[in-house]
Amino acid sequence: MSDVGARPVVTTFPASSRRLTLRPAVVRRAVAHLFLLIGALTMVLPFVWMLSTALKGNNAILVFPPDFFPHPLVWQNFIDIFKVVPFSTYLANSARYAVLATVGQLLTCSMAAYAFARLRFPGRDLLFLLLVASLMIPYQVTMIPVFVLMKYLGWIDTFRPLIIPAWMGGAFGTFMLRQFFLTIPRDLIDAAKIDGSNYYGIYLRIFLPLAGPALATLGVFTFMWSWNDLIGPLIYLNTPLKYTVSIGLALFQSKFLTVWGQMMAAALVSLLPIIVVFLLAQKYFVQGIATTGLRQ
Amino acid sequence: MARGTLVRLLESERITAYVLLLPTLVGLLLFTLGPVVAGFLISFTRWDLTSAPQWVGLANYQAMLSQDPLSRISLGNTSYFVVVTVPAGVVLSLLIAMAMNQKIRGVVFYRTAFFLPVVSSTVAIALIWEWLYEPQYGLLNYVLGMVGVPPVRWLANPSTAMPAIMIVSIWRGLGFNMVIFLAGLQAIPRELYEAAEIDGAAAFARFRSVTIPLLSPTIFFVTVLSIINSFQVFDQTYVMTQGGPLNATTTIVFYIFQQGFQWFHMGYAAALGYILFAVILVFTLLQFKLQRTWVHYE
Repeated sequence: MSDVGARPVVTTFPASSRRLTLRPAVVRRAVAHLFLLIGALTMVLPFVWMLSTALKGNNAILVFPPDFFPHPLVWQNFIDIFKVVPFSTYLANSARYAVLATVGQLLTCSMAAYAFARLRFPGRDLLFLLLVASLMIPYQVTMIPVFVLMKYLGWIDTFRPLIIPAWMGGAFGTFMLRQFFLTIPRDLIDAAKIDGSNYYGIYLRIFLPLAGPALATLGVFTFMWSWNDLIGPLIYLNTPLKYTVSIGLALFQSKFLTVWGQMMAAALVSLLPIIVVFLLAQKYFVQGIATTGLRQ
Repeated sequence: MARGTLVRLLESERITAYVLLLPTLVGLLLFTLGPVVAGFLISFTRWDLTSAPQWVGLANYQAMLSQDPLSRISLGNTSYFVVVTVPAGVVLSLLIAMAMNQKIRGVVFYRTAFFLPVVSSTVAIALIWEWLYEPQYGLLNYVLGMVGVPPVRWLANPSTAMPAIMIVSIWRGLGFNMVIFLAGLQAIPRELYEAAEIDGAAAFARFRSVTIPLLSPTIFFVTVLSIINSFQVFDQTYVMTQGGPLNATTTIVFYIFQQGFQWFHMGYAAALGYILFAVILVFTLLQFKLQRTWVHYE
C-alpha cells in the first residue's frame, strides 16, 4: 500500500539522488560487517591461540615475538597430559556427572511440566508460583545449608550431591517445558482418553514424543552446565581420582603453571565434548536462550 | 475389589499430578526452601561442623559490618565488577545484535563465533586468558607493545587484576545477551521502521524512537539477568587469581567459598550468603520499580 503511494514521488527524482537514497543501507551493511568481523575475530582468536600453543614444543612456546603457526606440529602435549595427571579419569567423571544429571532433569522436569501444564489438581497455581519464585534464590544462599545436609547424609566425596538433586526437578527446566506443553492442543488429550489411555499414558505417548525439540534444548543446557560446573565438584569431591575435568584443570594450573603447551592441550581436550555438542545442536542452544529472553 | 479402587485412585487426574510432581516437590523442599530457612538460622551461629553449633545472635552480621575488612572489600570488588561489566556487556551485545539484524550474510558464522565462549567452561577460558595475559610471552602484551604500550603484569598488579577479569567476563557473556537481543529485534515489525523512514526520521532517530522503546522489555530483562549473574562471579577469580593480588579480586562469592569451605566458618559464610541475597533482591526490586519509567509493554 505505502509502496504504491510512494512510487510516483520517487520516480520524479533524478537518477543520481536515487543512488543517494540507496547508499545508507549499503554503508550500514558494510559497517555492520566490519564491526562483526572484528568482534568475531576477538571471540575466536583466543581459541586459535590455545590450539596453536597446544601444538608447540616447549621451546617454541616461550619465544618473542609470538609465532602463530606451530612448525613442526608437536602432539606430545596431548600425550603428556594423560600421563602427568589422570586426565582420562577426569573426563570419565565429568561424563558420568553430565549424562546422569541430564537424564534426571529431562525425566523429572518433563513430569512436573506436564502436570503443571495439563492436569487439574488442588494447589496447582500456588505450587507453580513457589517453584518459579525459587528461581530468584541465588545458589550461594543454599550452598552452605545444602552442604550441611549432604554431610549429614554421608554423601561428601561422592557424586550423589551433584547428581541426585538433578533427579528432583528444577525450576528452569520445568518452566521451559511447561511453556512448550501449553502449546500442545487439548484435543489430542481428549482423543487419547477416548482411546482408553490414562494420564500417565498421555504423558508417555503424547507429551514426551512431541516435546523432542524442547527436551533437546533443556538437555544441551543441562549437559553444558554440569560439564562446566566448577563450584559443585569443588565443594563435594575430595579424592583426586573423583575429580571432574573442571577441578582437574584448575588443579593442573596450580601444579604446572608455565607449562603452557600442556595447559592449552588440557583446556582444548576439556572443551572438545561441549564444542561438538554445541556445533551439532546449535539450533537448540540459540532457541533455549531466545525463549528465555522472551518469556516475560 | 480394593485393588481396583486403588488403581482407579492412582489413575485419577489429581493423584497422577501429585505422583508426577513428587520428585520436584521433594527437591524444592529439600534443596531450596528448606535450605533457605536453615541457612537463615545457621547465619546466627558459630559452627565449624565438627562441634555443635553455637548460637551467637547477630554477631556474624555485626562482624561483617564493623570488624571484618574483607567483607567490605569483597562487596566493594563485586560492586566494581557489576558497575563495569553490566553496562559494557549490555551496550556491546546490543550493538552486535543490531549489526546482525541488518539482513547481512554470514549470520550463522558470526553467531557461532560469538557463541563459542558462551558454551565453553569458565575454567578453560580462564586458563586461555591467563596465557594471553602472561606478562613476558603473552599475546596481549605483544599486541599492545606494537602500539607502544609497555608490558603490563595483568594478573599480578592489584590495579589491573580486576579489569583483566572484567574483560574476560564481558568477552564471555556477549554471545548470550546478543542472542536474546536478536530475538527481540526480530520481533519488531519492519513496517514501523519503514513508516519512520517515510516520516523522514534519520537512522539515530529511528533507533531512539522505534528500536529502544520496542526493545525496552528485552533490555530490561537482559539487564536484570546480567546484574544477578555478575553479583555471583566466582569461577574466573578462583582459577585466575584466587582472590589476589592483595585481595583485589576477592569477590563476595569467592569470599563465601573461602569462609565456608576453606576455613569452615559455616555461620559466617551463611550470613554472607544472606547479605548477597539481600543485595541482589534490592537491585532486582529497584529495577522492577524503575522499569515503569522507561520500559514499554504493548
